[in-house]
Amino acid sequence: MTKTMIKKNFKQKKAKRLSTSDYIFNIIVYSFSIMILLAVVYPVYFIIIASFSDPYAVSGGKVWFYPVGFTLDGYKELLRHNDIWRGYWNTILYTVVGTFIGLAVNIPAAYALSRKDLFGRNAIMFLFVFTMFFNGGLIPTFLTIKDFHLYNTFWVMVLPFSVSVYNIIVARTFFSTSISPDLWDAARIDGCGNLRYFFKIVLPLSKAILSVIGLWTAVGQWNSYFNALIYLKDTRLYPLQIILRDILIINNVQSALGTGEAAQIALRLANLMRYSIIIVSTVPIMILYPFVQKYFNQGVMIGAVKG
Amino acid sequence: MKATNYLHSSIHRTLKNIRHNWGLYLLLLPSVILLICFSYRPMYGVVIAFKDFKPTLGIMGSSWADPWYKYFLRFFKSFQFKTTITNTLVINLYSLLVNFPLPIIMALMINQMYSRKFKRIFQTITYMPHFISTVVMVGLIMIFLSPGSGFLGNLCNLLGFEAPNLMGKAKAFTSIYVWSDAWQHTGWDSIIYIAALSTVDTNLYEAATIDGASKWQKLRYIDIPMIIPTASILLIMRVGNLMSLGFEKVYLMQNDLNLSASEVIATYVYKIGINSAQYSYSAAINMFNTVINFILLITVNKITKKISENSLW
Repeated sequence: MTKTMIKKNFKQKKAKRLSTSDYIFNIIVYSFSIMILLAVVYPVYFIIIASFSDPYAVSGGKVWFYPVGFTLDGYKELLRHNDIWRGYWNTILYTVVGTFIGLAVNIPAAYALSRKDLFGRNAIMFLFVFTMFFNGGLIPTFLTIKDFHLYNTFWVMVLPFSVSVYNIIVARTFFSTSISPDLWDAARIDGCGNLRYFFKIVLPLSKAILSVIGLWTAVGQWNSYFNALIYLKDTRLYPLQIILRDILIINNVQSALGTGEAAQIALRLANLMRYSIIIVSTVPIMILYPFVQKYFNQGVMIGAVKG
Repeated sequence: MKATNYLHSSIHRTLKNIRHNWGLYLLLLPSVILLICFSYRPMYGVVIAFKDFKPTLGIMGSSWADPWYKYFLRFFKSFQFKTTITNTLVINLYSLLVNFPLPIIMALMINQMYSRKFKRIFQTITYMPHFISTVVMVGLIMIFLSPGSGFLGNLCNLLGFEAPNLMGKAKAFTSIYVWSDAWQHTGWDSIIYIAALSTVDTNLYEAATIDGASKWQKLRYIDIPMIIPTASILLIMRVGNLMSLGFEKVYLMQNDLNLSASEVIATYVYKIGINSAQYSYSAAINMFNTVINFILLITVNKITKKISENSLW
């Protein structure tokens, strides 16, 4: 018997052992999941094929399963818009710097708070968690940002709001479940200080949590528009999302502008560009994800806040 | 004498501990400084809710409002009071009812799939929409629901009836908001439960199988108890933010036609504060919101503590 046949045989035996109720249970689980998959995939697929289709075919309801009247005009139109590319570049800067700061601020704090021998641990934790539920609110925060002269600067996008208590809780849970306290005891006996221990021993063992928190921060930075809306005035500092808002949402409301031929062509391109810009702005951050995926099931846990 | 000696030695030990662990405090320093500057300092700024704040005079220089609750009273009496509170509560409670249980159900379902490959494909695909930004998501909603040229319009044409303009209907607003959130985040939010389920000892399942437990029974008596602690903490956090969730998406989805269902406290605070620069009034509304939120948090923490012995503190 070949290997595959043995495998098959084994599977059949396993299938036979399932009781009727388990069988029905499996059918329900799999049919539901396939329905969910379709519901998630189709809208995304539709945007992709629409970005390559003739906009008249899209609005005329001819595009369902494959592109109709293949065209790259939408993507070509994007190339002509300098503000999009400036926004793109700004977003890349905000994401890289913001993710670096986010990791540098939150991971060490999470490690320190995971140590049971830290005096005042619960009090400090309370100081952190309190800010999750109580804050000064929009206007006092806005005035504070102005007082620190951060209004309308590069740094307002990456520094003031880089502490994420939620991320600290998740990373802290990782440290207290995955890094054995015995390791610290052993290192201390060998004369290793806290800082050296953290950088030389803990960090290399924490690739999973670094990737997870890094990805979360990067996605948050890439997609954020609220801070830019409130704290930036200079259009040269605008991230991609603010420009997307103008193209996708504000223009959308006023799209029925003219009826002349020039207006029609402009409208056609504007419609097409809506699809292509969705693709171009979303793909880069999605590409990051598969690299990090393997860490997810082990890295993300949440424990009690109280130690 | 003995007691004071004991006290002395315990203080001594604590000091020794702090001195010994100075490195840990150094690791905490950056985040603590940032929190003090950008979370705690604005909390002090809340006093402008009780003052006639003028930016040129500063917080200290501005005079106290007369009476001190002037701006709160103005909000209670304003015609926006009932609308914004109702909308905030309706949107967030509806969202809680749908988007809190869905990730749990999905995690339990994923845990039941025994084909590894299918499981991985399913997870990867359902996580994807999470990476779409709020701006793009609202753009997508508009594209799909547009009656003239969108997906919904085309589908209705195909079936032979006139497409409704859903984005312009106040009644449809909350459902669109909540279910598009479900579409986007259910897969992603299930991760944390899947992680909790992955810690179940497989011997437990085997023992249950030998005892003749069906799949449903295993789910009911092994899986569900495993995720209750995680679920309780997430529930508390969610309720604790009940009044402040979702400003970005609501604001982007707003238009003149659906405003009666989409004006929430957060968007009103933004418009009053940033757009029309009525700082004190805006801060007062915000503070009212935060206080209600805080009361909710304390209540739900107490309740879950009593029921499931899980709590945030």
